[in-house]
Amino acid sequence: MSAAFGDLAPYVALVLLGFLPNEIWRCLGLIVAHGIDERSDAIVWVRAVATAILAGVIAKIVLFAPGTLADIPLTIRVGAVIIGFAAFLAVRRSVFVGVAVGEIALLTGAWAAG
Amino acid sequence: MMGRRAFLDGMRAGAKSVFLWLLLGTYLGLGALAHDLGFSLTWTLVATILIWAGPTQLIITSMLATSATMVEIAIAVTLSAVRLLPMVVSLLPLLRTPQTRLRQLVLPAHLTAVSLWVEGQRLLPDVAPEGRVAFVNGFGAALTIAAVIAVLSGYFMARELPTALASALLFLTPLSFMMSLARNSRHLADKLALILGLLIAPVMAFYRVELDILWSGLLAGTLAFFVWRVRRSRA
Repeated sequence: MSAAFGDLAPYVALVLLGFLPNEIWRCLGLIVAHGIDERSDAIVWVRAVATAILAGVIAKIVLFAPGTLADIPLTIRVGAVIIGFAAFLAVRRSVFVGVAVGEIALLTGAWAAG
Repeated sequence: MMGRRAFLDGMRAGAKSVFLWLLLGTYLGLGALAHDLGFSLTWTLVATILIWAGPTQLIITSMLATSATMVEIAIAVTLSAVRLLPMVVSLLPLLRTPQTRLRQLVLPAHLTAVSLWVEGQRLLPDVAPEGRVAFVNGFGAALTIAAVIAVLSGYFMARELPTALASALLFLTPLSFMMSLARNSRHLADKLALILGLLIAPVMAFYRVELDILWSGLLAGTLAFFVWRVRRSRA
C-alpha cells in the first residue's frame, strides 16, 4: 500500500477505509424514505456487533497500550478502568465522573508504582 | 437573514450542549493517540472533519497503526457506522419542509452523529421549520470547531507534556468511549456485547488470531444478540 501511493498513502487509506465506509450510511439515510424500525432484529444485531467491535478496540488500547501509556504497568491500567467504571455506575451513570475517577486512579497508581 | 440567525442560534445551542464536554474529552484523547501512533497533524485534522464520528476515527486511527488488514478496517468501519443510517432517517422529518432541496440536506447528514441526533430531537421542535437546516449547520459548526481545537491540543500536549500527563491524555480514549458506550446501551444485547467484546478481543489478540477485532466483534455481538432473543422469546 505505502509503496504504491507514497506520501499520500495515509490519506488514501483515510478516504477509502475511513471516510467512504462511514459516509455511505449518512447518504443512504438521505435516500431511504421510510422510517427504520429500531427494534427490528437486524438493527439490534448490527448494533451489538458494532458495540462489540468498539469494545474490542478499547480493550486492546488498554492491554497493548500505545506510546507513553505503555510505561504504566498493565495491572494499573486495567485497575484504573475498573475503578472508573465502578464510579460511573455508582454516580448516576455519569460519563464525566467515570472518566475523572479513572484518570485519578491511573495517575495515583502510576505515582505509587514509582 | 432568517438563515443567519438560525445558524447563530444553532452555534449557541452547540456551545451550551452537554455533548460539547464529552466531545472535548474524546477528541483530546484522539489527538494524543494519533500523535503517539505516528500520524501527522494534517492527517489527524482531515480525519476529524471528514469522518466526524468518534468511533470511526478511533477504529481507523488505531487499526491503521497496527497490523490490521485493509479489508478488516473497511469492514470494522462499515459495521460501526451503520448506526448513522437510522439517525439520519429519524432526523429528516424534523429538517425537511416542502421547499427543502436534497442538496441542502447533505451537510446536515454529514454532521449527524450521536450528539446532533440526541440534541436535534430535543431542540428542533422549538425552531421554526424554515430555519432548522441552518440551525443544525450552526450546531454542527460549533461542535466541529470545538473538536478541531481539542484534537490539535491533544496532539501537541502528547508531544510536550511530561510522560505521566501524556499517558493520562492517552487514557482518555478508552475511558470516554467505554463510558459513552455503556451509557448508550439500552438493550440487554448492547450491554452484553460491550462486556463480551471487552473480554473476547484480548483473548483473540493474545492467541494472535488473524482479523482479531473483526472476529471478536462478530462473535461477541452475535452471542449477545442471541441471548437477547432467547430472553425476549421467553418473556
